[in-house]
Amino acid sequence: MTAPKTLYDKIWDAHVAHEQEDGTCLLYIDRHLVHEVTSPQAFEGLRMAGRKVRAPEKTIAVPDHNVPTTLDRVSGVIANEESRIQVEALDKNAKEFGVNYYPVSDIRQGIVHIVGPEQGWTLPGMTVVCGDSHTATHGAFGALAHGIGTSEVEHVLATQTLIQKKSKNMKVEITGKLKPGVTAKDITLAVIGETGTAGGTGYVIEYCGEAIRDLSMEGRMTVCNMAIEGGARAGLIAPDEVTFEYVKGRPHAPKGAQWEAALNWWKTLYTDEGAHFDKVVTLKGEEIEPVVTWGTSPEDVLPISAVVPAPESFKGGKVDAAKRAIEYMGLEVGQKLTDIQIDTVFIGSCTNGRIEDLRAAAEILKGKKIKDGMRAMVVPGSGLVRAQAEEEGLADIFKEAGFEWRLAGCSMCLAMNPDQLAEGERCASTSNRNFEGRQGYKGRTHLVSPAMAAAAAITGHLTDVRELM
Amino acid sequence: MEKFEKLTGIAAPMPLVNIDTDMIIPKVFLKTIKRSGLGVNLFDEMRYDRQGNENPDFVLNKPQYRDTQILVAGDNFGCGSSREHAPWAIADFGIKCVISTSFADIFYNNCFKNGILPIVMPQEVVDVLMKDAEKGSNARMVVDLEAQTVTTSDGESFPFEVDAFKKHCLLEGLDDIGLTMNNVKDIDAFEGKMAQERPWV
Repeated sequence: MTAPKTLYDKIWDAHVAHEQEDGTCLLYIDRHLVHEVTSPQAFEGLRMAGRKVRAPEKTIAVPDHNVPTTLDRVSGVIANEESRIQVEALDKNAKEFGVNYYPVSDIRQGIVHIVGPEQGWTLPGMTVVCGDSHTATHGAFGALAHGIGTSEVEHVLATQTLIQKKSKNMKVEITGKLKPGVTAKDITLAVIGETGTAGGTGYVIEYCGEAIRDLSMEGRMTVCNMAIEGGARAGLIAPDEVTFEYVKGRPHAPKGAQWEAALNWWKTLYTDEGAHFDKVVTLKGEEIEPVVTWGTSPEDVLPISAVVPAPESFKGGKVDAAKRAIEYMGLEVGQKLTDIQIDTVFIGSCTNGRIEDLRAAAEILKGKKIKDGMRAMVVPGSGLVRAQAEEEGLADIFKEAGFEWRLAGCSMCLAMNPDQLAEGERCASTSNRNFEGRQGYKGRTHLVSPAMAAAAAITGHLTDVRELM
Repeated sequence: MEKFEKLTGIAAPMPLVNIDTDMIIPKVFLKTIKRSGLGVNLFDEMRYDRQGNENPDFVLNKPQYRDTQILVAGDNFGCGSSREHAPWAIADFGIKCVISTSFADIFYNNCFKNGILPIVMPQEVVDVLMKDAEKGSNARMVVDLEAQTVTTSDGESFPFEVDAFKKHCLLEGLDDIGLTMNNVKDIDAFEGKMAQERPWV
């Protein structure tokens, strides 16, 4: 009998194309997602070496980081010259190397991590990489998915493999049921609050437990998306009926007999009884509160009912880091988090730019107006999410509440396009990073769920969404 | 890739924990389609004011640290995005080695692709090296990859661990794609097998 395996072990074993004596492997890559920021140097490298893309049919490119999200972008002109050059370079490279491509003008365009699942490129048991750390998102399907640098992008383009050594296994179990008003975003932030941003370093996390099983695919993607903020190489959730239901019928999902064959294999993708995990973290679902971040690291997370912590309550280098964060964020020790005034709200990103996220925010906003002077925007994760939200009437709710209703892209999550915070502006954001300057020079970010972002837009300060439910 | 053998150089102290890739190279500099020229913008928001004037308090702006080749940093260095622009900027500045208690995974891997040696040391050793780095330009630290040691200006030596294959590639300056191409038959065979077993991929 073979030893019991984790889900990670199984996917890993199914993709080793070559193994050296020291355990260094060539891991075969099933899907390679490409965007405009981390790929130009890789394509240039191929060109200089006279190499081709080994598997263009497994390579999917879409511009997302730089693209404007304002309605005037349909004119096809990107005003910022450097951004325009980068997007044009992707247009050119996609054509020249013959990879699958969704240009800005295509309704299927959007954030790469939303487009991949939406089009059925991401399937259970696959290996998925992209020159973007939030590739972890695809782990929600039980796919081994992680971010890579540009040298590795070039390596995958040329060889369809990565040189890898296996990570350790970590289990994160969320038991029980979530309370009303608590979402996948709160789970994933709460886990990072528990483990710290380096707690997952060297590990692949498998999320499990009743609260995870109860999540939709959208929610599972939100959880896995931020595995990287916990330092993990990847996050995984074993595929189940929810997964299969989501995948079935998508443009690039298998059909007919191939669907049946795929399903048979996918159903074997779970962690065996008694398999070994190197680290286990357990949280009780019913104890998770709606959370917000107060500082400049995703680990600076607290329940909305808490106060800004004293730096001295931390240990080691974190004391100085917390001091710096409180100063940067313009906060007072002991200040109630609900007293923090907000001037900007951003709903979108690969963390929370899917249809369910927009539904959750619209639910809170229905029939209400945002606070006077508030700048609020919704940036759907893809053109198709946008279209669906319009069909469901969500767009009207946002617009009537006072939100801007934008076109798809990464937008203010990383502020490479014109959607940025000005110096000192403070944003309740559904994105994934609250680093210094992340959303704009000296901008201040509080990470929250879509429902919490909607609540803050209405009241003008960080708010416990349960008071508005 | 340039070979990494033995490095004797100035080490700069950056004790801040969680130095993320947005700090190392802010996104405005990611719009380039080249790999070179990013050194001038390394740590841009800490290093300059909005008008582009140097912040005299920032460590790499101090006269004694302008030729820094080794960085001794706080926990979890390089966390955040996968941008290889971070190690490109570090290498372009002239830094060839970063020492910390821990590194973010993607950043750690990216370093090796660019001739940079990231070294993980326990807290108590990082504390000693941080103190040594605070001495400035008179203090030269020695990083010997072959021997896997870091030696302070006082001659105190500490061993470190590094993956044998990564070490080999760095010492020889090997190109990953070239190495993998030596095993192209295995990749062909794997694809052949998968076409049978998992044709939907």
